[in-house]
Amino acid sequence: MRHIISLLVENEAGALSRISGLFSARGYNIESLTVATTEDQTLSRMTIITTGSDRIIEQITKQLNKLVDVVKLQDFTEGNFIEREMMFVKVKADGESQRAEVKRLSDIFRARIIDVTDTTFCIELTGAGDKLDAYIKAMHENNIVEVVRSGSMGIMRGEKALTL
Amino acid sequence: MELSGSEIIIQFLKDEGVKHLFGYPGGAVLHIYDALQKQDDVEHILVRHEQGATHAADGYARATGKPGVCLVTSGPGATNAITGIATAYMDSIPLVVLTGQVPSHAIGSDAFQEVDAVGVSRPCVKHNFLVKDLNKLAETLKKAFYVATTGRPGPVVVDIPKDITAPHIKIPYQFPEKIELRSYNPNFKGHPRQIKRAVELLLNARRPMIYTGGGIILDNASEELRSFVRKLGYPITQTLMGLGAFPGTDPLFIGMLGMHGTYEANMAMHECDVLINIGARFDDRITGVTSKFCPYAQIIHIDIDPASISKTINADIPIVGGAKQVLVEMIKQLDQTELKVDQNALDAWWKTIKSWQSQKSFAYEKKKGLIQPQEAVEELYKVTNGDAYITSDVGQHQMYAAQFYHFDEPRRWINSGGLGTMGFGLPAAMGVKLAFPDKDVACVTGEGSIQMCIQELSTCLQYDLPVKIINLNNRYLGMVRQWQEFFYEKRYSHVYMDSLPDFVKLAEAYGHIGILVENPDDLHDAMVEAFKLKDRTVFLDIITDQEANVYPMISAGKAHNEMDISPLQQKVQASLKAKGELV
Repeated sequence: MRHIISLLVENEAGALSRISGLFSARGYNIESLTVATTEDQTLSRMTIITTGSDRIIEQITKQLNKLVDVVKLQDFTEGNFIEREMMFVKVKADGESQRAEVKRLSDIFRARIIDVTDTTFCIELTGAGDKLDAYIKAMHENNIVEVVRSGSMGIMRGEKALTL
Repeated sequence: MELSGSEIIIQFLKDEGVKHLFGYPGGAVLHIYDALQKQDDVEHILVRHEQGATHAADGYARATGKPGVCLVTSGPGATNAITGIATAYMDSIPLVVLTGQVPSHAIGSDAFQEVDAVGVSRPCVKHNFLVKDLNKLAETLKKAFYVATTGRPGPVVVDIPKDITAPHIKIPYQFPEKIELRSYNPNFKGHPRQIKRAVELLLNARRPMIYTGGGIILDNASEELRSFVRKLGYPITQTLMGLGAFPGTDPLFIGMLGMHGTYEANMAMHECDVLINIGARFDDRITGVTSKFCPYAQIIHIDIDPASISKTINADIPIVGGAKQVLVEMIKQLDQTELKVDQNALDAWWKTIKSWQSQKSFAYEKKKGLIQPQEAVEELYKVTNGDAYITSDVGQHQMYAAQFYHFDEPRRWINSGGLGTMGFGLPAAMGVKLAFPDKDVACVTGEGSIQMCIQELSTCLQYDLPVKIINLNNRYLGMVRQWQEFFYEKRYSHVYMDSLPDFVKLAEAYGHIGILVENPDDLHDAMVEAFKLKDRTVFLDIITDQEANVYPMISAGKAHNEMDISPLQQKVQASLKAKGELV
């Protein structure tokens, strides 16, 4: 099953490699990993998307917790949470009809065109992973020049928070 | 007090109570060695290879319970230390390894003797640090000792760039008495309600088994374990790492379990209805195939590391906590509860176990004129009154030592269990001898293993560390040969040690005494002589039966009740079967 695990880690060189190294050393899957500092400069917030049986996920969370750099950890999957991913797509937009088609599709997905040239559009789209997948699918494959995805990040709904 | 980085390191070690430092100098640690030379509170042991430094510090730590400390240089110094660090990691041994590093400004430039020591050691340390700021040096060292010695112990590497240790830059120093890491809380106390459930389950057992490991020794919980087991009168088995925590000669101890454990211990594991594991981790050498592990048992698992629980074997009652604290609480609850041990069921259980014991699974045939490796260990046991510190390397000799030296005290049996590191025994013995100069220290080894760190014979002489080397020389890499005999139709591929050195002459070349023993009749006298020479390192080169095997054996994919047993035991079973008495 797919799990979204959120972590607070020490904002120190090496913390990221300890975590990614743990996944490769123990053979755990890693679908995406995002990380950046928080409002507290000493802490980084990390979101890991992983898949595995209940036993594997339990091991993943325990092994992560064991790392000295991991301050706090929560598996969101059990609770109510929001998940978002950001994507940039550069598409060919050559000629009136193609440009109109891309614009229309982007409107449907509430995507924003953030850069324009005579022959391309650069589009920004935010949403859950499957929405991003759907957009790529809807866009004609031949039109796509490049895709950049951030990987998912998550936050708990309501008053619950992952803080110190 | 204004000190340079190098002086801070030495002063810190003094303040931390470190008496011995195992190391090897080199370019990146020259400043530290200069500071080291100007004092004599911390004794430095110059090994002959950095692997020897880590194993010696490891042996010291296992024997004393104090952290072992090493100092090595950058690059090859650090990489040579890795095997020893990984060895300590697998067996949860507290080590602090200081590695020199090229100067900060040169890091990442492929400088001479540069290696990313933090990166290379990461998968086999509990934690590691790169010191980037002289002002944080003392604090980092304190963190290293704190992390290494608390919770589930383990090795910690501190990588120190050369500029941090420069003699002309001095800063105020104060020993950091206490340290806190917000992300590291090693103190787990077993949950009282879980402990209560465990006690109830234990007292309701009809065929109970107690299975303990290195966690008892690491947490100094031997006394508590003894009173716990004796209160219940239940059978106990111990892992390779746990031997000595409960006395090896106590009738409640039914021998080591696992791949080369006793027949009775493994059979009892298979048949038990309640299993309590204290401070062991269901290692694959213990469980055999996990799908057939303890098929009738409800399982209680006590471990200080939450990640050990339900990792390979699911625990019905998990208790996260230190062995000592949980045992104290269990004993308390045992004293208070109204529940009683089912004595009839227990008597019947013991009767079954005794019938398994009567098959004598370790028994072997003595041969005229040909020394059996087992009898060499038995002789060692007799001559040292079972009171020596025994280190070992890895292979058949290690199993014979575990099977035939009946350890009555913890921290006496020192071997590389998890990583299985050949070359561990001799340097580990040096570390033990340094800690306990008045005790007999012997390294049970083989002609394969001993050659992996034999250079340390030189260190033994320089620092007057008279250990006894019991070399069970069968001219084969015995354990590999045994597997090739069993599973590869005797195709002995590259296991014969041709062109072996004359170990007697080799020992003499290193300034020690070498004794060759070829006949069983000479074994006793040679052993007595070796230990009589109190202040000399003695190398006993014992020529043993080439094709002796370690029995019983649980081979891959097999369960505890599917052991391969010795030819001798097969005969016993056949005669019992004929009489209709085979259980």
